[in-house]
Amino acid sequence: MTTDTKPSEAEATPQPYVDLTDKDSAGTRWVRRIAVTSIVVFIGLPMVTLIVWSFAFRWNFPNMLPTEWGGKAWAYVADDSSRVFEGLWNSTKLAFLVTLMAIIVGLPASRALGQHEFRGKSTIEWLLMMPIIVPALVATMGIHQIFIRLRLTETLFGVALVHLIPAIPYFVLVMASVFANYGTALEETARTLGANKIRVFRYVTFPAISSGLLVASMFTFLISWGQYVTTLLIGGGSFVTLPLVLFPFLSGANHANAAAISLVFVAPAVIVLIMTSRQLGRDSSVMGGFGKI
Amino acid sequence: MTDVSLQQLSRRFGDNVAVRELNLDIASGEMVAFLGPSGCGKTTTLRMITGLLQPSSGDVLFNGKSVVDIPTERRGAVMVFQKHLLFPTMNVAQNVGFGLKMAGVDKKEINRRVTEILELVELPELETRKAHELSGGQQQRVALARALVVKPQVLLLDEPLANLDANLRITMRQLIRDIQSEMGITAIFVTHDQEEAVMLADRVALMFDGVLQQVGEPDAFYQRPRTTRVAQFFRNSNLLPGVKTGTMVETEVGPIELDDHVSADDGPVVLTVRPEEVRIADSSSAATNVVPAVIKSVIYMGTHTQLIADIGGSSWSVQAPATMTSEEGARIEFQLPKKHLWIVEDDSVSAAEEVAAS
Ligand SMILES: Nc1ncnc2c1ncn2[C@@H]1O[C@H](COP(=O)(O)OP(=O)(O)OP(=O)(O)O)[C@@H](O)[C@H]1O
Ligand SMILES: [Mg+2]
Repeated sequence: MTTDTKPSEAEATPQPYVDLTDKDSAGTRWVRRIAVTSIVVFIGLPMVTLIVWSFAFRWNFPNMLPTEWGGKAWAYVADDSSRVFEGLWNSTKLAFLVTLMAIIVGLPASRALGQHEFRGKSTIEWLLMMPIIVPALVATMGIHQIFIRLRLTETLFGVALVHLIPAIPYFVLVMASVFANYGTALEETARTLGANKIRVFRYVTFPAISSGLLVASMFTFLISWGQYVTTLLIGGGSFVTLPLVLFPFLSGANHANAAAISLVFVAPAVIVLIMTSRQLGRDSSVMGGFGKI
Repeated sequence: MTDVSLQQLSRRFGDNVAVRELNLDIASGEMVAFLGPSGCGKTTTLRMITGLLQPSSGDVLFNGKSVVDIPTERRGAVMVFQKHLLFPTMNVAQNVGFGLKMAGVDKKEINRRVTEILELVELPELETRKAHELSGGQQQRVALARALVVKPQVLLLDEPLANLDANLRITMRQLIRDIQSEMGITAIFVTHDQEEAVMLADRVALMFDGVLQQVGEPDAFYQRPRTTRVAQFFRNSNLLPGVKTGTMVETEVGPIELDDHVSADDGPVVLTVRPEEVRIADSSSAATNVVPAVIKSVIYMGTHTQLIADIGGSSWSVQAPATMTSEEGARIEFQLPKKHLWIVEDDSVSAAEEVAAS
């Protein structure tokens, strides 16, 4: 600051450059407005409609709102005969198991893909994409025969294994990107400072990849949560998950019940979305993995 | 107290030989500088010493025992990496204390030593900052502190001062040297700056293309370079070919007399004298080893004047007094002092080409 500036003058002059110090330019502000608007229109509004529907008792065209309200649909959801709670419980168990399996199988795999060069790496990357390209139905039909012989059909574990097929590409690609971005040098530093491999993972690797791992796990969870055809085929209809409970209602006439079950179905997704959105923003390498998809 | 011995140490990456049959003994408490241009295998050698990289062949010995089968964390060789890498999820104090924590030192003691070392690297009161909140030079000093605080048996430094400004470099260099000699740490310091190598190290090991060229005390690289490339790396490209018979070398510009300490086989040789040792001949100077030259350029350097001159078809650089005035094309006589004359093995690229062509 120059000493000859009169303090009174500096105070009197309004700051004309406030906009420059503001982090958001007009452009980014518009992008944000559009994003917020789309989220409200495409996610918020359908949710509101669902909520309204679930409490509707009589709602005929052309009324803007139901003419009679009631909690019948929610009573149905809570009733054992609807199997909604059974489905909810099974879906939850299943999604957690699939996520756990994805972590056990996918973490070492994604580390190898992200940090090491080896022969056949691009082939493996290409094979990993296959479940995204080939409909899961095709693979599942083939697997079904084998699972019958292995007595894995109609079991939680069998269904979880099949859910792993569509889930693992997303998990591995996200985590490979996280590992690639993170590199091996930090672990090597820790090794020379006297940390064995287990402590390196605990003190150095895990804290560094944890936010990426959280995001990848949530994707895996949601992919399992939304599976219908694979569950139906391998579960043989006796292993009931939420989508299996919900689907018959979608073509049925009871919109209120369908809406109520839909809300139960979609709730975890919304919770996960809100929980991960902050992590997604923080760790850009997480989204990097999607560039490969 | 640990001495380190590298025996026939080699490492290949596919067809590329990064380090070739390297032999080097480093005494306990000694500081050796690994010097060489980019890509010559310095980092690769350090990584083999730490155990982060397995040698393709050869052996690494600590105190006479092979350590190639001992995992990195139990070798006691701490490495400061080229890119100052701090653990991003830890703050400065946690970073610096990491090695002590792994060694099972108790919390109080860790805190005390961390505070102490941070003062030494001139970074007090930054304990709670995260790595990304530090400047490049600050990060480098934290990385240095993190290695020094554990008082390692063997300390490997991969260009640890690269991001520091000139003043801080001098301070940190001194700090490394002080702690190293005080604790008797055996240290290897990688650099591509020959001045830094010479200033810091007990001995210098110069590498080109994965091959160790010369090992010795710093002044040997100035006074007794083994080859033309070594001489050139130390900013001496004054070369004069001739044919040696006894202590006399017959050259394009007349006979040159050698000192007794220069030993080489009779036959074709290449003579050299460092730019700062070449004298400008005047009537009072001794008559031996006076050679005619033609000035090609005169560059005023402030503390001295650099002359580029042609001696018998070779381009020589001569450091003359700052008061010296001369001009392009002027004829001059240089005196090559007997005690500074040295014979180098010619391994320059042009020599290799000539051999290949013939
Ligand atoms: N992991 C690797 N895979 C393949 N080649 C490698 C690998 N690491 C090093 N190299 C090669 O080995 C040679 C020596 O590399 P190194 O890193 O040891 O050089 P350096 O002397 O440390 O160079 P700089 O001063 O640039 O750090 C180079 O040619 C490099 O390309
Ligand atoms: Mg290097």
